[in-house]
Amino acid sequence: MSGQGGTMLDTNSDAGFMTADGRKIGGVAMEMRNITLRFGGVVAIKDISFDIRWGEIRAIIGPNGAGKSSMLNVISGFYHPQEGEVIYKGYKRPRMRPYQVAQQGIARTFQNIALFEGMSVLDNIMTGRLHHMKANMFQQAIWWGRAAREEAENRAQVEKIIDFLEIQHIRKTPVSRLPYGLKKRVELARALAAEPAILLLDEPMAGMNVEEKEDMCRFILDVNDEFGTTTVLIEHDMGVVMDLSDRVVVMDYGKKIGDGTPEEVRNNQEVINAYLGVAHD
Amino acid sequence: MPDTLLFALEASLNGLTAGVMYALVALGFVLIFKASGIFNFAQGVMALFAALTLVGFQSGQIPFSHLINAMFGTRLHHFGWNMPTMLAIPATVLVMIALAILVERFILKHLVNQEPIILFMATIGLAYFLEGVGDIMWGAEVKALDVGLPKGMSSAVDEATFNWFGYGFYIDRLEIWAAGIAAVLVAVLTVFSQYTKQGRALRAVADDHQAALSVGISLRFIWVLTWSIAGIVALVAGIMWGSKSGVQFSLSLIALKALPVLILGGFTSIPGAIVGGLIIGVGEKLFDFFMNPIIGGATENWFAYMLALVFLLFRPQGLFGERIIERV
Amino acid sequence: MLYREAGDYKTSYVADSQTFPIKFDRYGYYVLLGFAFLVMPLIINDYWANSIVVPFLIYAIAALGLNILIGYCGQLSLGTGGFMAVGAYASYKLMTAFPDLNIIFVIIIAGVVTAAVGVLFGLPSLRIKGFYLAVATLAAQFFLIWLFTRTAWFYNYSPTGMISAPTREIFGVPVTGPRASAVSMYMICLCFLVASAWLARNLTRGSIGRKWMAIRDMDIAAEIIGVNPLIAKLTAFAVSSFLVGISGALLFAVYLGAAEAGEAFGIDKSFLVLFMVIIGGLGSIFGAFAGAAFLIVGPVLLKLLLVNTLGWPTDLAAHLEIMIVGALILTFLIVEPHGIAALWRTIKEKLRLWPFPY
Repeated sequence: MSGQGGTMLDTNSDAGFMTADGRKIGGVAMEMRNITLRFGGVVAIKDISFDIRWGEIRAIIGPNGAGKSSMLNVISGFYHPQEGEVIYKGYKRPRMRPYQVAQQGIARTFQNIALFEGMSVLDNIMTGRLHHMKANMFQQAIWWGRAAREEAENRAQVEKIIDFLEIQHIRKTPVSRLPYGLKKRVELARALAAEPAILLLDEPMAGMNVEEKEDMCRFILDVNDEFGTTTVLIEHDMGVVMDLSDRVVVMDYGKKIGDGTPEEVRNNQEVINAYLGVAHD
Repeated sequence: MPDTLLFALEASLNGLTAGVMYALVALGFVLIFKASGIFNFAQGVMALFAALTLVGFQSGQIPFSHLINAMFGTRLHHFGWNMPTMLAIPATVLVMIALAILVERFILKHLVNQEPIILFMATIGLAYFLEGVGDIMWGAEVKALDVGLPKGMSSAVDEATFNWFGYGFYIDRLEIWAAGIAAVLVAVLTVFSQYTKQGRALRAVADDHQAALSVGISLRFIWVLTWSIAGIVALVAGIMWGSKSGVQFSLSLIALKALPVLILGGFTSIPGAIVGGLIIGVGEKLFDFFMNPIIGGATENWFAYMLALVFLLFRPQGLFGERIIERV
Repeated sequence: MLYREAGDYKTSYVADSQTFPIKFDRYGYYVLLGFAFLVMPLIINDYWANSIVVPFLIYAIAALGLNILIGYCGQLSLGTGGFMAVGAYASYKLMTAFPDLNIIFVIIIAGVVTAAVGVLFGLPSLRIKGFYLAVATLAAQFFLIWLFTRTAWFYNYSPTGMISAPTREIFGVPVTGPRASAVSMYMICLCFLVASAWLARNLTRGSIGRKWMAIRDMDIAAEIIGVNPLIAKLTAFAVSSFLVGISGALLFAVYLGAAEAGEAFGIDKSFLVLFMVIIGGLGSIFGAFAGAAFLIVGPVLLKLLLVNTLGWPTDLAAHLEIMIVGALILTFLIVEPHGIAALWRTIKEKLRLWPFPY
């Protein structure tokens, strides 16, 4: 990995644990330490700490405006928190631009689909592989040697993902012509094409019908199963979250009010209050 | 007081009046941008077209006579009467309103919901079209425009400055009038948008098209209204510039000068347009005054754009714009 | 049923991503190339070369360049005229300073110089977007022209302030200067155009092209998925200015022979090339050709019709031309915002199914 800086920090690199369904969860991949994010006077995230382990599906839940998306934006380097630090692979991550974060193996999808509308499905997914393609401008200009070879190799990788997500039939369709549910799937494909170490999903099932949701759940689980991809997801559908995730962070008004397995979170009094709307004092 | 400073002061006063011109064109831009999100590149050509039409009416020219002569071999040129200015100006206003209706009917209506860049290019097309129409309708030669505004050196300013500094400034009376008329125009527009029903509707549309539609404001009417107002502002700008240096093609080039003015002032701020216009007007005169001996003249050609460029690097949102927070 | 793709199977990703995946297109392209290189040189005469063919070839290169910047990378530029002037003046300085340097290298180096200037003026694009960037490029346009008309070094202190191209030869055949024949002018411009189109096609089909398009479609998302906006935008400015510079150098050295910055490369040139890109189709290589053809041939035909056939005065015809160009831009934006290229695609889709409606 390029661009890693800072000093090695002591993270509790324990061996991890086994889940009930027999998957192995590894040590700490990323740790958020005392993150505080402000926009002018508004505090979006207040002193939050949690960790993400290799191979797990980690959910972030909370009512609207709780600061979930802001948290995801901090992880993907789009927002820079005023306080606190992000520890990734044991190193404190220096302040970096979003594209550098992406090059470190963090890919994401967006709450409001952010596909490149002027390009075909295939080209969109190929953008996910941009940092696997190293041919320089002159090689590309004459389309000889490395450039042509790389294109074919990466196309083969992308085709695997296209097969995996069952979108072969729309390969060459312009993205702007696709219905909402398929767009979401293409966005997932683009993120997967990067072969990320950590995959961030911002409300992958928002606005979908039951059938589409089931498909999407299956894909997320399969991705995790097959490639062992660490996944962080934000979701509103409680049933989905409880079924999918290994551990859950609950946020409300920018603060963390719960953290643990779905079972633990479900029985947490503060979480129940937040969701059932007990008056805040 | 040293002479250089006096000359510089005189130069900047002259710049101030040029700035009023830029501000007037920029004002037309801002009006349309606020109401429809369209960056109207044709504003300058609208000023040219308005001035051409006014002169044409005054001198009783037959519109399209050139074209008609070429098609039918006739020799038309003038009706043979002169229209008084007081009649010609309202007639031109009517033409500008008709133009606004046509623009809405044939262009804007079909381009709803297009990307801003497409709309921008459409107004470049409109600029070319209007320029061609103006030339064919009234002929392309330089015309003198006289609507009875006073001209020549203002002796009051000359005397006053002579008494203060021992050196009389040369300021054209026309330019003092231009500044005054511009101030009145801005005041009227402000009152209109703050205190009338249409003004409120206009501000509502500027804020949010969908919301304005849903409370029963007719978008199409508002668009015709704003383009009409912009057309009238263009007429005022055209009269000013035309009285000063004749009605000619260079008038449409001030539209380009209005772009850096907008960058400085922000696309949505009326005071911004005025202040930006004055800064550019004074700035380019002063820059040329001081830099002429060093790098040569005619820096007015690019000074405004360079100033805008440098300014943008430090404050991309303009003088009066709000800080942009990017979201995904 | 002449035009179809059924039965044209691809067995490798290379075959699937080639420029003309449909056999009929591929053969059509070979025929066209053969015609351009073998037949045209035999039939071309001075009138055709000077009024239509050579300007078309040169402006097509400029349109290709601008299309990369606007159509592929989404960065609006109104400074094309200024950058063409850089290419022209760079080639002039090179030709006069190094008389032995081959004209082909002169033109390529002029392109490289323009690319450097383009990158310089492209730097603001990292902070400025949309209309704001358009104004920044206007600064380039006006400043460069001012520089070239005011600094005598650029025109070698010639009393008229004009630059004029000396005669340069390739294989003993003069291609610039007064002795250049129509055929040699045609051939050098054609070679540069074909090379430029090939270059543009290669760059836009691979990872660099996708980076540009990602920035164009949604710059923030592009950065988050790993596109470095600095490199993407600056490479687009560099490639675009390179092609525009070559076209400026050809326009001056081969076509005009003599030029003055304000006259030959004013803001109207910026708009002309911009219109070619819009009418032809943003983000399409074919569109650059179509747009250039349309705006070069159209006015010539109009002039033939109005002045030569109907006997109208020239100034009236010129005004009508401005009006018609403006109206065409509006019509295209309303009817087909993606230009002739999109119309062509629609026709091909219809053709593929013909004679069935769908």
